[in-house]
Parts: sequence; C-alpha cells; structure tokens
Amino acid sequence: MTTLFTSDHEWLRIEGDVATIGVTDYAQSQLGDVVFVELPKVGRALKKAEAAAVVESVKAASDVYAPISGEVIEVNEALAAEPALVNSDAGGKAWFFKLKIADKSELGGLMDEAAYKSHTA
Amino acid sequence: MLASDKSSLKRTPLHALHVARGGKMVPFAGYEMPVQFPAGVLKEHLHTRSAVGLFDVSHMGQLALRAKSGKVEDAALALERLVPQDIVAVAPGRQRYAQFTNDDGGILDDLMVANFGDHLFLVVNAACKTEDEAHLRAHLSESCVIDSLADRALIALQGPKAESVLVKLGADVTAMRFMDTGPRKVAGFDCFVSRSGYTGEDGFEISVPAEQAEALVAALLENPDVLPIGLGARDSLRLEAGLCLYGHDLDTTTTPVEGALEWSVQKSRRSGGARAGGFPGAEKILSQFEKGASRRRVGLRAQGRAPVREGAPLFADTASTDAIGKVTSGGFGPSLNAPVAMGYLPTALAANGTQVFAEVRGQRLPLQVAAMPFVPNAYKR
Repeated sequence: MTTLFTSDHEWLRIEGDVATIGVTDYAQSQLGDVVFVELPKVGRALKKAEAAAVVESVKAASDVYAPISGEVIEVNEALAAEPALVNSDAGGKAWFFKLKIADKSELGGLMDEAAYKSHTA
Repeated sequence: MLASDKSSLKRTPLHALHVARGGKMVPFAGYEMPVQFPAGVLKEHLHTRSAVGLFDVSHMGQLALRAKSGKVEDAALALERLVPQDIVAVAPGRQRYAQFTNDDGGILDDLMVANFGDHLFLVVNAACKTEDEAHLRAHLSESCVIDSLADRALIALQGPKAESVLVKLGADVTAMRFMDTGPRKVAGFDCFVSRSGYTGEDGFEISVPAEQAEALVAALLENPDVLPIGLGARDSLRLEAGLCLYGHDLDTTTTPVEGALEWSVQKSRRSGGARAGGFPGAEKILSQFEKGASRRRVGLRAQGRAPVREGAPLFADTASTDAIGKVTSGGFGPSLNAPVAMGYLPTALAANGTQVFAEVRGQRLPLQVAAMPFVPNAYKR
C-alpha cells in the first residue's frame, strides 16, 4: 500500500487498482470547521483534475479535484452525515471516495510523503 | 495576495495582540484583520452565544458631528438632511441605527448615531468611511464641524456574560438598556460605551483612545469567559441575527424599503410626519412606503445541509431559466446547525413559507422564505 499526495492537498492510498482519496490534515487546518461535504455519485467516470467533491467550512466552499482519472466505485456516506470528520481524522475516517484507477501512469506525477511535506513546509 | 500588497494594508491598534493570540490575518476593507483565531470559526461563534466574544472593530469609522451653534439639536437637524431617520428624537445617552441615502433612494452606508449631549457620535463602515466623511463635509460644513476620531479604537464585547465581565472591571453598565450609550470607565480607562452590537446577543461596544486599547483588551481577555473572535464568526453571528452587511445585503441600488428596514424610518420622517422627507431619495422612498416596492430582502432557510452562498441566483421553480433574485449573504449558521441565507425576491414571493430554488453547482436547491432573526435576539430592552 502506497500513499501519494497532490499539490492541491489531496491524498491517495493505492491498493491494487483502487485509489482511496481524501484531503490532507494540512488542507483541513486551512479550511477550518467543515460543515458540509458533497460526494460524487458512484459510477461517475472522473477525468484527472475534474472537480469531484465539495467541502464547505462555515466561511467558504472548496472543490476537491480528482487527482487521477477513474470510475467512482464507493463514496464515504459516513462523511456526508458527519462532515466534521474531515477536521478530526482527515487522513483516516474522512476518506471521500474510491476510484478504480483508469491509467496507472498518472500516478507518476504525484508526490510521496517526503515531497509533500516539503511542499507544505 | 502578494506580500507587497500586504504592506499597504492598515493595522488597528490591536494588531500585535491579534498576532500574539494566533489570529489568522487577512485583508479586509484596507486593513489587516483576524478572520479567525486558533479556536476556529465554529467555536468562536458558539462561545459568543454562550459566554463572551471580543471583537476588534477599530477599522470602522468614528466621527463627531458638532453644530457650530453648540446645540446638539442643530446637529441632529443637519444630519436629518442626509438620513431618513428621526435624529432629533434621539435623546441624550441614546443611539439609533440609520442609513445615508442617495438621490435614487439607494443606501450609501449604514451607521449608528449616538447623542452625546453636546454633539452626535457616528460609527460608520470601514469600507465607506472616507466617502462618508467627505459626504458629511460636502453637505453639512456650513452648520457643523466634522471630526474624524481616527485616534480611537473600537472593541465589541458580545454575549450573555458581557455585562458581568465589564462589572468585574469596575464599569457602571448594569443600568444600561439596549442602545443606551455614554462615557464610562472600564478597567480605569475613559471610554464611550454603548449597549449594542452586531451579533444578536446582549453586549457592548467600547470606544477607547488608541494608545490605551491594548491594555484595555488585555484586561478584558484576562477573564476566562472572554475569547477573541475573528471576522468569520462575526459574519456568521450577524447573519443568524438577520443583520445586514453593507455592500452585500444593502448597497446604492437598494432602498430602505426594499431592504426591509421600514422599522428604522420613524413616522416623523414619513409622509404626514412632522419632518416628512427632506433626505436624499425621499420621493422614491416615501412612495415605496405607500405603494410598496417591487422586491424585498428576505431570510432563506435551506431544506438540505448544503450552504447557499452570496451570489447564488434564485428561481421560482426547478425549470425556469430566468432568475427572480439572488442571495446576498449566505453560509452555515453554527447555532442553528443549518444553512442560512438572505437575499432579494420579488415582493409577491417574499411571504414567509414561500418556496424558491437557489442554483448551486448546477443544481436547484429548495429554500423557504423564513422570518428573521433566525436566532432570537437577546437584547436587554
């Protein structure tokens, strides 16, 4: 299992040909208290960099982009019911959706943890 | 924003204190202001409703208006030429909400006007203060002297425990009612204190000389009931209280009648009143009092959990392509744990309970016109 990161502060956990996607702890600290999460529909084919989900704090709405292309195979309904999970456990329970990876070569453009840490430093 | 832009921003006398308390500083109305502190918008909002929030509003404009005759009544009569409110009737030690109007009946700014016995004390919005001062000078200089009190800070202390916090610092405020105002000593500092605010809670606004602001605020923050609050929670608190934000819910194209502010225009200034009209845009505004206006500011509650934000177009149904209005303020109300918004709708659709739809990310979300304030106010009448 590998974890990768985007410059837009999303993380991807890769298991076989499935990627689980969420936002980083750094992202949640910048967003503030999350009060609403809108998730993509299961079955939707997402293209890389397409707006896939929305996360809203008291103050503002932010898009979550698809870090890679793929089909949405599962979404985290618990997160829609309890958006504050993004603040309490961004890297764990607050995963957003799972993608069936369309093109593994797209993973090459993503950061590992060390590179992401220096990106947010 | 570029770092070079930040250097052009002004700072309030409390800037260093905000930074020391971990305030996240952002540009606002030409000032560098804290949008939130480490507690975060949600906790800051709820703390203000349950205990006390301290807000730095020193970016707002404070002005003294004195009649050359020396009589406060002459200053009040002069100001009545620029606002549709009855200022003459504001007794010494009282204050009133007012609006500067333009010749089309639109609103140039909204403000508070206090009677300080021998002169009027005005508090105006930060983004409009230069224009407001010029407007006063252009129209009232013959009979009045206008002083900008730029050397004063302004602090709001809001919430159910605000009175007890001030009493512990020796301030004689217990007998004050909502919209009472006057000189008071707080922690030994000479202040102007009014029992008012922008949150819907009981609370006070305290004007203090700039060089004493930091010491006063430090004394207030020593009380564990008091937390510093940023602009984020200030906005969600005022929205739940149904209070307008100038430049968003009111502007030069909205009249006091369209803005649902009829309550703020006293009978003496309306048709048939003792000093009817005589303010900019009077013809249009007084005609709207009689015939009604075509649109109206309303409160909006969502059925779902998705916040509907400023700028979202409003529709009568899910299919129509022509917008009938738009949201002027919207977000999440932490005390209601639900989205809240306000916006303008045709008067025929402005009755409470009417269903309309906001377009958010290409979807039509159902909203209901709802009474404001969304959260009952707790003013000490």
